[in-house]
Amino acid sequence: MAVDQSRIRNFSIIAHIDHGKSTLADRILEMTQTVDPRQMREQLLDSMELERERGITIKSQAVRVFYESKVDGETYQFHLIDTPGHVDFTYEVSRSLAACEGALLVVDASQGVEAQTLANTYLAVDAGLELIPCLNKIDLPGAEPERVAAEVAELLGEDPDAIKRISGKTGMGVDEVLELLVEKVPPPGGDPDAPPRAVIFDSEFDQYRGVIAYIRVVDGTFAKGDAIRAMAAGTEAEIDDIGFFTPAMTPVETLTPGEVGYLITGVKDVTRLRVGDTLTLKRNGATEALPGYREVRPMVFCGLFPLDTDRYPDMRDALEKLSLNDAALFWEPETSDALGFGFRCGFLGLLHMDIVRERLEREYDLDLMATMPSVGFEVTLTDGTEMDVHNPSDFPDPASVQEVREPMVKASILTPKEYVGTIMELCQDKRGEHAGMHYLSAERVQLEYVLPLAEIVLDFFDQLKSRTKGYASLDYEPIGLKASDLVKLDVLLGGDVVDALSMLVHKDKAYPLGRTLTEKLREKIPRQQYDVPIQAAIGAHIIARETVKAFRKDVTAKCYGGDISRKRKLLERQKEGKKRMKQVGRVEVPQEAFLAVLELGDSR
Amino acid sequence: MTPLGLYVHVPFCAARCGYCDFNTYTAAELPGGGDQAAFATVALQELDHAAVTLGADARPAATVFFGGGTPTLLPPEELVAILEGIRQRFGLEPGAEVTTEANPESVGPRALELLRASGFTRVSIGMQHAAPHVLDTLDRVHTPGRAGAAVAEARAAGFEHVSLDLIYGAPGESADDWALTLDTALAAGPDHVSAYGLEVEPGTALAARVRRGELGLPDGDAMADRQAEADAAFSAAGLHWYEVANHAASPRARCHHNLGYWRSHDWWGVGPGAHSHLAGERWWNVRHPSAYARRLAAGRSPAAGRELLDATSRRFERIMLEVRLAEGLDTALLSPAGVRAAERLERDGALELSGGRAVLTLHGRLTADAVVRQLTD
Repeated sequence: MAVDQSRIRNFSIIAHIDHGKSTLADRILEMTQTVDPRQMREQLLDSMELERERGITIKSQAVRVFYESKVDGETYQFHLIDTPGHVDFTYEVSRSLAACEGALLVVDASQGVEAQTLANTYLAVDAGLELIPCLNKIDLPGAEPERVAAEVAELLGEDPDAIKRISGKTGMGVDEVLELLVEKVPPPGGDPDAPPRAVIFDSEFDQYRGVIAYIRVVDGTFAKGDAIRAMAAGTEAEIDDIGFFTPAMTPVETLTPGEVGYLITGVKDVTRLRVGDTLTLKRNGATEALPGYREVRPMVFCGLFPLDTDRYPDMRDALEKLSLNDAALFWEPETSDALGFGFRCGFLGLLHMDIVRERLEREYDLDLMATMPSVGFEVTLTDGTEMDVHNPSDFPDPASVQEVREPMVKASILTPKEYVGTIMELCQDKRGEHAGMHYLSAERVQLEYVLPLAEIVLDFFDQLKSRTKGYASLDYEPIGLKASDLVKLDVLLGGDVVDALSMLVHKDKAYPLGRTLTEKLREKIPRQQYDVPIQAAIGAHIIARETVKAFRKDVTAKCYGGDISRKRKLLERQKEGKKRMKQVGRVEVPQEAFLAVLELGDSR
Repeated sequence: MTPLGLYVHVPFCAARCGYCDFNTYTAAELPGGGDQAAFATVALQELDHAAVTLGADARPAATVFFGGGTPTLLPPEELVAILEGIRQRFGLEPGAEVTTEANPESVGPRALELLRASGFTRVSIGMQHAAPHVLDTLDRVHTPGRAGAAVAEARAAGFEHVSLDLIYGAPGESADDWALTLDTALAAGPDHVSAYGLEVEPGTALAARVRRGELGLPDGDAMADRQAEADAAFSAAGLHWYEVANHAASPRARCHHNLGYWRSHDWWGVGPGAHSHLAGERWWNVRHPSAYARRLAAGRSPAAGRELLDATSRRFERIMLEVRLAEGLDTALLSPAGVRAAERLERDGALELSGGRAVLTLHGRLTADAVVRQLTD
């Protein structure tokens, strides 16, 4: 069943985590009878196990539903595009929004507007989307619709009374929202007779069918069998299958302007059909790509090492498989003196890092050791050479360094006003520059700061949450690099530099950080048979020192006839336990020690 | 031929001590021939079984050791009868060492005289401690002075070799308590002492009290101090270490039966739960005295389980046991990684290497388990 272009409505839902996006989506699917009630389950659109567990959306979904308007009796074709809702995936969100003409802005009626919502709202406004604001969870006892409506009205310049009060859970008000979508969201433009163009707003890898590209057709018609070309990547392929989601994949003959669906070509590599790229026909195709494509670059890096060194090849296989589905994941082999063979991995952000790590452990049964996350730096050497450094241990000799530039972000923090002081203090401590502040309502404030990404990566979010009892929310966008006075802080155990513990830090922070880090390590490293000096150093200059005193007693007294086997087995077990420690020079270091730096915040 | 030791496990005590996880029973009446009165008879049945099993490998015993439990809870005549049974079936090597353990409160002049006259050569007395509150914590019933008196009685009965067992590191023990114990023990004039750090074994009453927080244990540094003090005090009194926890006045005064364990000799363990080792095979008897007695009454082996040691395990055990001896470990037993570890340990002051042997220093004796873990790489 195809409908006229004028009766297509493409929209997305913008909401903060836990503000009820997935529940509302479930309700819409139910009320348009897209999904058999017997097959209904919670968070229908979040198919990945991790998404369900964490209540987040990582991959996009695009469901086609039909809605018969109660007002004009016509049947409308809706495409609901569910987007990831996290700062790490801002680019994916922007592409999904580019595939829509409208968005439901869903705000929890007790929580109010969060930084994430704000950021995505701005993205939607920038993309020219018609916004339909709704206050969700209106049925809950803690709901404060008046206050939150005022906030949303302030944000959008709307009349507070025009903001819909709904409950995704009970379905209250959802039918009105469906009518508003018909009424307010414009039908897609696009020329059916122009050379075909479609934007890829997400892609995933299926091991049997290859890459499944999620597309929104802008101009012309795509049909099964068409030879197509991805304009940025230059990839050419033939359409094997084309269709839409119900959410099940449903093949059709063609997709026409305004329609949202999928396309399968037999291409096996997601990097050849990247998010944001424009598809056209191979012959007589469009000459001009749709705007907005950019190559996503990893922002956060860490070393991942298999605990069992024999599993290095398995880990490579696992990363290859994950990369099939994740064009943003970067990895290259890394050898650490301390941790052995592993991979330096690059991610869009901390959540992306967590997700990849968890999937490697869970889906590929790997036990991993992760080094502390860092960012990518640009270094200019005195001889004019430029280099990218995304591993502190690759940092060149300070004497040869002319300039170091580090990535900066513009952070937007939404908070109840009583926490403004403590947040400003935190931001200053994190080398932040104040960039603006305004009241969203009488109670809630938006603070803007320019901050080094490296500080955010370390522990900023945890500290923000703990200082504000969880009430503040954070969003940030990269704004380029800035020259900074950075030094490499090394840690020496037993006199040897431990490469996996090196970090690049601002000169002014090196001393306190060095002190705290050596103290933390002293707590984490068990006593050994000899004293273990722990030192923090900048170059050859030792700035902090602690010692793990040697243990003095480790002997079982009795070893007679019946004890011998038991004692042998005990010692063998203890040896096995030691194997799980990393041997750094002569020092046995437990895994937790490598993440000691992540706890630095606790002690400050 | 490898020397043969015989161990007789007497699994009875007047009361169970809170720290003890040995196979021992306090009820005098156990069913099915498991009671104290029947013990000697049943033990002789196992000796019959041992003689048949060993066949042509049977040889005079180099050492005999009665342990427990509390062997001296049995009438001395019964210990003598068992020793006589060993002599009849296996014979004793000339100059064989025959030891019994004794609790201070469960021996007296008459028993000691009878044992000595019947061929026992050595008594090992469970003194444990000299501080009354520590004895109390350990559930030991004897008075502090009783151990010294027992040494004197053993000497009077003609025993040349008398050993005292001591325990340090009990909850509530102060450094002074331990110093008092060392003084008291040495004043009694034994020619052998063993000093054990208290180990809280899972499942004991002591472990439960520690878990509930009723009792606190000294830390590792305090334990190291205790052992170092003991080592110094014994050496000063002419009792030199020959194994990590054992000191003797002369090579003759060492416990040759225990040396057999540490040198991987053969031994047959008689009694419930006793362990045996013959040429790389280990087995252990059923633990309960009644089950043990029933097996033997039915003409069956009392063994509950067996373990055949492969070459790797035998090598591991030899390193583990021999490095604890003053005579040291033959470094030819070590793998190349083990040799590197030994050299490292020498630099750290835990080992001395000379003449192809590795000998623990005091620091090494305090950390012998860590040394073994490294040498067995």
